[in-house]
Amino acid sequence: MHDASVSLRGSVSMMNENTLVFYALLAMLAPLVGAVLAGLGHHWIGRRGAHGVTILGVGVSVLCSCQLARAFLVSTHSVINTTVYHWLTVGSLHFQVGLWVDALTVIMMLVVTGVSLLVHIYSMGYMADDDGYARFFSYMSLFTFAMLTLVLANNGLQLFFGWEGVGVVSYLLISFWYEKPTAAAGGFKAFIVNRVGDLGFLLGLAACLGLFGSLDYHVWFQSVALPLSAIMQVPFVGPVPSMDVICLLLFIGAMGKSAQVPLHVWLPESMEGPTPISALIHAATMVTAGVYMVSRLSPLFETSPLTLSVMMVIGATGALFLGLVGVVQNDIKRVVAYSTLSQLGYMIAATGASAYGAGIFHLVTHACFKALLFLGAGSVIMAMHHEQDMTKMGGLQKHLPVTYVTFLIGSLSLAAVPPFAGFFSKDSIIDAVNLSVLPGSGYTSFCLTVGAFVTALYTFRALFMTFWGRSLSRDAVPHESPRTVLIPLIILSVPAVILGALLVHAFFSIQSHVSMTLAQSHRTIEVTQHLHAQTHSILTMIFESFKHLPVLLSFLGMGVAWYAYVKAPHIPAYCARRFYAVYQILCDKYGFDRFYNWLFVRQGMALSQYLSETVDQRWIDHRMVLGVARCVRYLGGLLRLTQTGLVYHYTAYMGIGVLLCIAYGVLWAV
Amino acid sequence: MMPYLSLLIWIPLFGAMAVAACQDNDRWALRLAGGVTVLSLALCGPLIHGFQSDLSGFQFQELSGWIPAWGAHYALGIDGLTLPLVVLTVVTHALIVLTAQRLVKTQISQYLAVFLALQGVTIGVFTALDTLLFYCFWEGMLIPMYLCIGIWGGESRSYASMKFFLYTFLGSALLLISLIYIAFQANGFDWHAAVAQPLSLTAQKWLFCGFLFAFAVKVPMWPVHTWLPDAHTEAPAAGSVVLAALMLKVGAYGFFRFCLPILPDGSRFFAGPMLALSLIAIVYIGLVALTQKDMKRLIAYSSVAHMGFVTLGCFSVYLIAYQGGELFAQMAMEGALIQMVAHAFGSGAMFLAFGLLYTQYHTRLIERFGGLAKVMPVFAACFMIFALTNVGLPGTAGFVGEFMVIVSLFQGHAGLALCAGLTLVIGAAYTLWMFRRVFYGPVQHEAVMALQDVRGLECLALLILVAMIFMLGLFPEIVLGPAHATSAHLVQMALKSKLV
Repeated sequence: MHDASVSLRGSVSMMNENTLVFYALLAMLAPLVGAVLAGLGHHWIGRRGAHGVTILGVGVSVLCSCQLARAFLVSTHSVINTTVYHWLTVGSLHFQVGLWVDALTVIMMLVVTGVSLLVHIYSMGYMADDDGYARFFSYMSLFTFAMLTLVLANNGLQLFFGWEGVGVVSYLLISFWYEKPTAAAGGFKAFIVNRVGDLGFLLGLAACLGLFGSLDYHVWFQSVALPLSAIMQVPFVGPVPSMDVICLLLFIGAMGKSAQVPLHVWLPESMEGPTPISALIHAATMVTAGVYMVSRLSPLFETSPLTLSVMMVIGATGALFLGLVGVVQNDIKRVVAYSTLSQLGYMIAATGASAYGAGIFHLVTHACFKALLFLGAGSVIMAMHHEQDMTKMGGLQKHLPVTYVTFLIGSLSLAAVPPFAGFFSKDSIIDAVNLSVLPGSGYTSFCLTVGAFVTALYTFRALFMTFWGRSLSRDAVPHESPRTVLIPLIILSVPAVILGALLVHAFFSIQSHVSMTLAQSHRTIEVTQHLHAQTHSILTMIFESFKHLPVLLSFLGMGVAWYAYVKAPHIPAYCARRFYAVYQILCDKYGFDRFYNWLFVRQGMALSQYLSETVDQRWIDHRMVLGVARCVRYLGGLLRLTQTGLVYHYTAYMGIGVLLCIAYGVLWAV
Repeated sequence: MMPYLSLLIWIPLFGAMAVAACQDNDRWALRLAGGVTVLSLALCGPLIHGFQSDLSGFQFQELSGWIPAWGAHYALGIDGLTLPLVVLTVVTHALIVLTAQRLVKTQISQYLAVFLALQGVTIGVFTALDTLLFYCFWEGMLIPMYLCIGIWGGESRSYASMKFFLYTFLGSALLLISLIYIAFQANGFDWHAAVAQPLSLTAQKWLFCGFLFAFAVKVPMWPVHTWLPDAHTEAPAAGSVVLAALMLKVGAYGFFRFCLPILPDGSRFFAGPMLALSLIAIVYIGLVALTQKDMKRLIAYSSVAHMGFVTLGCFSVYLIAYQGGELFAQMAMEGALIQMVAHAFGSGAMFLAFGLLYTQYHTRLIERFGGLAKVMPVFAACFMIFALTNVGLPGTAGFVGEFMVIVSLFQGHAGLALCAGLTLVIGAAYTLWMFRRVFYGPVQHEAVMALQDVRGLECLALLILVAMIFMLGLFPEIVLGPAHATSAHLVQMALKSKLV
């Protein structure tokens, strides 16, 4: 096993390193400055100032990321690991805030800042009439800052800081239109479900701290390079290898943030937020934080085959079954949301198959085409005057030509049609999973392959329902969106087409910085080599792919969507009647929401009510505490009876007392 | 050297008399109280500056005779444990004086006098190194607090103040007996002598029970917590702030200063039940908070739940030291310490903010609010940050203590850490659900429409709190830097058996 992060660290020259650290810090802090200025100063700088200053901040971030990309992707830099300041020092335990920059970091930075910049620009058009304009831009820049903190962290604690930070800003942004009760509820739910994952993550950090004595990545990586045989006592389970415990706990965190089954329920609700943030947070960046974390800590996860299996199975389950739910959704944003859930499943399954490169590759292409789809959906929603129901749309391609073309490109990319970007990444994931021999890999590869069909089906169903067919809205002719909305769409559609072919070598060629960063263990190198062989020539890969099942299934899905929603529109209703039970289960989203609602909301509230009113109020306060008070009063009342005020009573007490004293003296004390 | 600690105790106490003498002259009362506050803040300067972080013992010590016949002295001193608490006391009272004009309309001079007296007495509690002197200050705290709730409180203030007084007083009686017993054994009330005095396990167990009742009522721990929601709901805003920010800390401080060093074996014996009670506080009280209809009551319960982390950190020392090493034990201890300070900026800040709201809109019922974010944006933003520190968001003050305690407890027992960690979910649920019902949603009541956003001094007070929250969250070494040596020493004392 060669550990690039450790062995190559010396290769960065000192002066150069300082410049790069400066760029990284600037990239991280510039959006924060923008957010603070726009948030606190919008009375003085106004709306133009608010978007100006935030876009400037994110723009600086983009430029810095490009500089770093030049250093880390093109020239020979490997890793920068540096401390910014010590957050806390207890004895020999150091907790720091620092930076870790390598090829993976830089890729994530490019995705985060790039999409963020485009979404900022898009929001100038989308949010133009909103009262909370400045607040919105401030939140978005704040989010960019939190996400960059997460990405640039060089230790688990700072990762957790960014992790929770993006969660909070996501909460604030989902409930952005707070006057709408569903928005407030959606944000709340997102935060609470994320918190469940965060609890697992925090305990995972605690286990790491116990085992490695530090939360710094480099200590972790150095330690796991040696074979570990540490055993941990888990309550109710017994002794378990420590690495299994750590990785499972950390993965619970990833399940929360990356919306994996069964913690996925918050993502569809998050669609209550404004559409630009759905593109930024709930498609391109925050939800991929789990995938990033797993890839970043791949040396840890590689030591726990159990966790890898779990990741594959959970990822695959989400990829197929949540994709199926997307087929019955009528809200355009929810279709895209369920598609995101499904694609996140693909990424997690890839990491489970030790194909971290493929996972991150799909993360990058997905960020582009999914942001494109969300922004396109936003453009449609604007044109339809905030109508999101696709059954009320149709025939929009005439009115919204630019939106239509870009949406089509996004859909083709999502459906993994060669040679669009999504094809390369998704195909390599399925390849990698087929290679895996871990328990559960058969199920995974089945789910992911069938998932290709489902993906194409729901994507083109949405496309046909929205843009094709007859125009249903008669009262007002939809208008194409303003330029600030269209430009980001056009820009994003470029990588949605070419990014796959462009990056496939960067991710899988053994000499590239990215694959060297992501593939460090024996198994990951093997997987990468296999994928490299598969993707050696792009043209051959494209032509070969037409013989492969996943691509054929994609075409089949598109065909079925066309037949059912364009050619013979009565079929969906017929199917819904014919397979009523299945249809109901899908509409019910497998009952997760109902179950959680029953268990946590209903039962939890009942328990809380019981504890509050019966236990706390009645038993503890009224019976115990006031009981003591009553007791004192009662005894006082009894004693009062002796205080008669009659001299001969008192004399009698005194006589009895004297007699008792004498008796004591005579009988015991002598 | 100047007797800084004595000055910090007596200047507010005499200042209180002077302020009370102002009678109806509110302007002078405010000026005088402001002067005393500024002076106290200024006195904290040399205290912080002159404090030597690497020393574990007491600094700024003062010693003179008091009651020679009993072996009682006037002995003061601070260490890394109490320096943050003393500064916290001064800062809290400064905020109260800052907002006084806004929060109370009647008897301002008496109001200010009560809080100045409280400030002096509280600093006395934190700095006394003589157990009898400690006891005097300890009981002394009750009087101003009783007056505060009784005079400026809500509708059923006399019930609440009486309950508060009797409950805590009953606890203190047992404390006095225990202190006298130790003084007889150690020939005097000196705290150092009490620490050095060997005690049998039986004696330690009994003494621990005596201490426990007094301190547990103050913290408050489950099941002796029910006075607190009543006291909080009826107390005026500033009373609630002091109650949450300082009064509860006094109980926890007692555990640190008296139970662990004086009764190490008794503490070890009772550590298990104490952990259980702390976890009950965190989980059970958190659940109780969830469905409270009264906003102040909800914050009060949340305050109890967060204090659970202080006692948890304090008594998990034994478990952790045995399982995971003394280093993690020290981390738990420091976590408990910073949680004490951070709690003031979570619960205390929310009480202050609610108080400001209450001056405009006389209701505590959550259902009577809704949509406040629309009407009071600045206030809502500040309250959001208080809520987030209450939730324990990394980067805010509330995170540091919870993180340190949970992570170190994990080294002792993973299951207990999971249990404590449930606060991540429950705490977020009750805090943000309350926030959602109060601040989000459409405006439903006309009275809400008429509310004014915060401005001027009250806005300044809230912004100071916000700044403190981020400062503590991003640079916890500010508080913990001076406390490292002390807490390491404290862990050693707690682990060293003193059985004969």
